[in-house]
Amino acid sequence: MKTFGGPVLFLDRADINTDEIIPAKYLTEITKQDLKPYILEDLKLDGFDPKSEKTRKARVVVSRENFGCGSSREHAPWVFEVNDITAVVAESFARIFRQNMFNCGMAAIELSRSQMDVIFSYANNNDVTMSIDIQAQSLTISAKDRHDTFNFELSPFDKALVLAGGWVDYADTKY
Amino acid sequence: MGKTIAEKIFAAHLLDEPFSGTRVLKLDVVLCHEITTPIAIDDLIERKKDRVFDPAKIKAVIDHVTPAKDSKTATQGKILRDWAHRHGIKDFFDIGANGVCHALFPEKGFIRPGNTVIMGDSHTCTHGAFGAFAAGVGTTDLEVGILKGVCAFREPKTIRFNINGQFPKGVYAKDLILAIIGKIGVNGATDRVIEFCGSTVDSLTMESRMTLCNMAVEAGGTSGICMPDITTVEYLWPFIASEFASKEAALAEYRKWSSDDDAVYDQVIEIDATALVPVSTFGYKPDQVKPAAEFNDTKVDQIYLGSCTNGRLEDLRIAAGILKGKKLAENVRGILSPATPKIYRDAMKEGLIDIFLDAGFCVTNSTCGACLGMSNGVLADGEVCASTTNRNFNGRMGKGGTVHLMSPATAAATAIEGKIADPRKYL
Repeated sequence: MKTFGGPVLFLDRADINTDEIIPAKYLTEITKQDLKPYILEDLKLDGFDPKSEKTRKARVVVSRENFGCGSSREHAPWVFEVNDITAVVAESFARIFRQNMFNCGMAAIELSRSQMDVIFSYANNNDVTMSIDIQAQSLTISAKDRHDTFNFELSPFDKALVLAGGWVDYADTKY
Repeated sequence: MGKTIAEKIFAAHLLDEPFSGTRVLKLDVVLCHEITTPIAIDDLIERKKDRVFDPAKIKAVIDHVTPAKDSKTATQGKILRDWAHRHGIKDFFDIGANGVCHALFPEKGFIRPGNTVIMGDSHTCTHGAFGAFAAGVGTTDLEVGILKGVCAFREPKTIRFNINGQFPKGVYAKDLILAIIGKIGVNGATDRVIEFCGSTVDSLTMESRMTLCNMAVEAGGTSGICMPDITTVEYLWPFIASEFASKEAALAEYRKWSSDDDAVYDQVIEIDATALVPVSTFGYKPDQVKPAAEFNDTKVDQIYLGSCTNGRLEDLRIAAGILKGKKLAENVRGILSPATPKIYRDAMKEGLIDIFLDAGFCVTNSTCGACLGMSNGVLADGEVCASTTNRNFNGRMGKGGTVHLMSPATAAATAIEGKIADPRKYL
């Protein structure tokens, strides 16, 4: 299975929508790889630069409430995937985005507000990384001289999808 | 203990419960368009699973960018077209017969009470207006739907809105749904079905019910849903007359798909329709809503009338009623996209198209185009659009542009004044 973890990208805003993650004008691309340069291009967040090294190096995104609201476009998980970001940790997700992540074998993990506050307290640290263990349902955020570990809930179905690597083969075998 | 309509539909379509809380449902209708389906088709081919579960239950349309604007969009259309032909999908709507999916498919009578419906499009919740469970999904869920006719959902919880009383002058379904989203917020209904009930909803046309259900997703809702009644039967009658002895018989059958009086709800919220006013959004989220009268000198560059939210004949009649004999304000562009060719033709017969042309509007073919900034009316950086669409996200209609969501009436009044205006003075 995929490993989840690496450098963290902090997106400290609620209601980040799929148009911000990947604008509709790029939905005419036929391959996932073609989406790569356009990640988070229209994100409205002070100080955020989609072309920065921080964005390029990120492997995990952390955010606030209702992440991925709006359009059903699976291009949003895909643009993360082709940029090697395979997990998003947030206070809550929009339904379609969350399911799209699991259907692609990626992880959309919810933590409580107070837990997310602890996560965001790392935003000004250097070289923050996170490691996520799906099987154990636990994640650890680390910076120099500090770390925090949290357990998270995962529906058994979503866990099975992540471990199986996606929904298509699962469904075709079973139904 | 009673059941909600969504619980009844889930129970009737349940195929499997692989894990506690996950329901795999059999699908009655799988809808497809050319933006999210081609990647599913290509993936099925790559997996050597280029099959469809039932060509009669799959409906497809090219609607987002049509006519194709470049080679990429032409290729997306071609992939969908070739696939529909290859699998004998008869209900495929190509250029000349195509329109905005959530206006076209209901118009063809494809959605019936009690149905389960998915599409790779978030505004699929529109079809709940017919008493169906209709949910937007991503490409992978769509792909499995095409292949196996199934989709997995969490157990449905329902928020019921009891909406009572007559709309005051100048207030329409769009004002109601914007008020509801403003009240519960953009994630107020996440993982919930939104039921729209009460005397106000009972008195609404199917078109207005579709406007309501269309924006359920803007509050995070999985599906909007209205109870089937005689209005539903009347709308569907041309398509179901051969199935039932009478409209009463159809109504009796469809009424099975209604929530029980003792159904259990996650929340029940009362709305007094008589207290509503014409509204518009501000900012970049659909829950940022305030009365149109409170916008001080908010100038606009473009008016957009159309989309799956408000591009139906009823909407065009309302806007034309205000625009008749009037002109667009100086330096304001107007774009009308009737949502389907039938709507276009009916509007022409009624003389509505003349009214829009006389006012200075550009009338385009039926397409989603401008609503999501893909074609046919994209904004420039810094421009402002008064729009009857459903999303005011940052950059939605063009990078750097701002969108204000409003009813066709408020958009028409705004067209005349060149700034966001209360429509009541024109009624």
